[in-house]
Amino acid sequence: MENKNVISIKNLVKRFPVGGDYFTALQQVNLELSEGEFIGLVGPSGSGKTTLLNIIGGLDSATDGSVSVLRNSMENTSHNKRAEIRRKHMGFIFQSYNLLPVYTVYENVELPLILNNLEKTERKRKVTRAVEWVGLTDKINSKPADMSGGECQRTAIARAIVHEPALLLADEPTANLDAENSHNIMKILSKLNSEISTSFVFATHDEKIMGYLKRIIHLEDGKIINDEKISKPKSS
Amino acid sequence: MLFNIAIKNLFGAKLRTSLNVFVTSISFFLVIFVSGMYDGMREHAKNITIETEVAGGTYWHPEYDSMDPRTFEDSHSIIPSHIKKLIDQKSAFGVLVSQASIYPNGRIMPVIMKGITPDQNIVNMPTSVLDKHNDISIPVLIGSGMAENANLKVGDTFTIRWLDADRTYDADEGTVVHIMETENFKLDLGHIWIPLSKAQSMLAMKDQATYVTYSKDLTKIKDSGNWIHHDVDYMIRDMEALIKADEPGAQVMYSILLALAAMGIFNAQVLSIFRRGKEIGTLMALGMTRSRVVGLFTLEGGLNAFLAGIITLILFGPILLYFGTNGIPLPMDYTEMGLLVAKRLVPIYSISLIISTTVLISIIVLVVSYIPSRRITKMKPTDALRGRAAT
Repeated sequence: MENKNVISIKNLVKRFPVGGDYFTALQQVNLELSEGEFIGLVGPSGSGKTTLLNIIGGLDSATDGSVSVLRNSMENTSHNKRAEIRRKHMGFIFQSYNLLPVYTVYENVELPLILNNLEKTERKRKVTRAVEWVGLTDKINSKPADMSGGECQRTAIARAIVHEPALLLADEPTANLDAENSHNIMKILSKLNSEISTSFVFATHDEKIMGYLKRIIHLEDGKIINDEKISKPKSS
Repeated sequence: MLFNIAIKNLFGAKLRTSLNVFVTSISFFLVIFVSGMYDGMREHAKNITIETEVAGGTYWHPEYDSMDPRTFEDSHSIIPSHIKKLIDQKSAFGVLVSQASIYPNGRIMPVIMKGITPDQNIVNMPTSVLDKHNDISIPVLIGSGMAENANLKVGDTFTIRWLDADRTYDADEGTVVHIMETENFKLDLGHIWIPLSKAQSMLAMKDQATYVTYSKDLTKIKDSGNWIHHDVDYMIRDMEALIKADEPGAQVMYSILLALAAMGIFNAQVLSIFRRGKEIGTLMALGMTRSRVVGLFTLEGGLNAFLAGIITLILFGPILLYFGTNGIPLPMDYTEMGLLVAKRLVPIYSISLIISTTVLISIIVLVVSYIPSRRITKMKPTDALRGRAAT
């Protein structure tokens, strides 16, 4: 696999105003992520992992430092350009799935393709494949309210990967799931990582999924305290 | 793209859409119905004046002023020949107006006594009941309001006293031959109607009249002598002036109704949009731009208004049509208050009312969809994703 930089972060600082003061969520964070990596931002609550994920995803801005994602400097990018980067090149998986409740599995997965103006036949082909990947073909016409947590998260994964993004960001994807579903989800994601060139970044503190990660970045009080490459993850 | 998503959102969220559409359609209905009632009331007042009083127009004796009873004594003369021809052709009828006093049940009441041609069918008054009463000295037609005020019923007799052309007071016995139901209080309150020939003989004013009313299908004649022609516009000028003076009031009422409708729609829309903060955050995370999110929700609002229009037509259309055809009975008789209000009010739904209401409510729905969604998209996507309410 060619070693291209997908994410390049230098001296990132993020502060949030709290009352009349500031809370520093991230300080002097430096991080490089190459194409096809499968990494976890790991740390306790409040360590800054979700904030870092949001900044990488362009959902939030850095207070200081530089963030380059897919060769786009995020600090100098407009809202619309960031939205375009997310739409074309990123996928998101959320802890609480964030599926649109009135849509079926098919419609939820189809949504990113509609936003990217794909033709209906092309959309159908891609949605069918993505739903197959996550093993939800038999639930394709179900709505989130009629599905289990694991099925909802698999739908969210299908939605995140349907347009084969260069970067997939997952915020606590297994936090609401039991052990069995957590392992199933991680197996699906590991398999996808090996089959497509998408880079994966997880924000998690779930011990169950650590074994699947190929690189673990430990965060504490907004700082990277350890950057560990795993030689033999579970998926390999 | 936005249209397809908006349609999917609307039809996917059946309960939410039903509630929003229902609230909006109720607003449509109420604004159209109440404004229609108001327009109907005003139109009725005008129509009833034309139907019962003015017809095609009138020729007045030059001294006559219907608003000034002091002029009645001198406002009579032989009807000019060209106007008389119209009467002979049954296309017009004369009215002789004088002041009089009546003494029902020992009370004295000043009245306007009007002699009218009994066989006229130009205005909607049951004057034919005055005919063929050779056994009665003075057959009298009165309105129900007058009957109630004077405590009179059909067959009751009372003394009438008047001043004739020779300035001599005279008196005779009048008999109520009919009590008419009229919505025009100007024919009713303080009025007694007697046959024209009788009035002419009582007042010693043979072949004379105060004014002549002609039928709707006639136009002004060239030579009306010294009598003054007043067309329908002139005759209803007071009514028109009242309606015009009432326009700001009508506009205020329309605005209040719209404001109430807007509040209802605003509540329903804002609640539903703010509840969808997380959905908006998700759409932004998936790469929808802020302007497109706002566009989507505004479009949903527009479709909501469109659906509400259809639902109004289906659900409330028959109700509007029913009342528009049959009217609504009012609980009391407003003619006693001196108001030209129908006993059964028929709303009028003008095209301009329907179009302006549809346009205004649609604009309101669009605005109340636009404002909260714009506010939410101005939030940080991370806050919207957590479903935090915008402040």
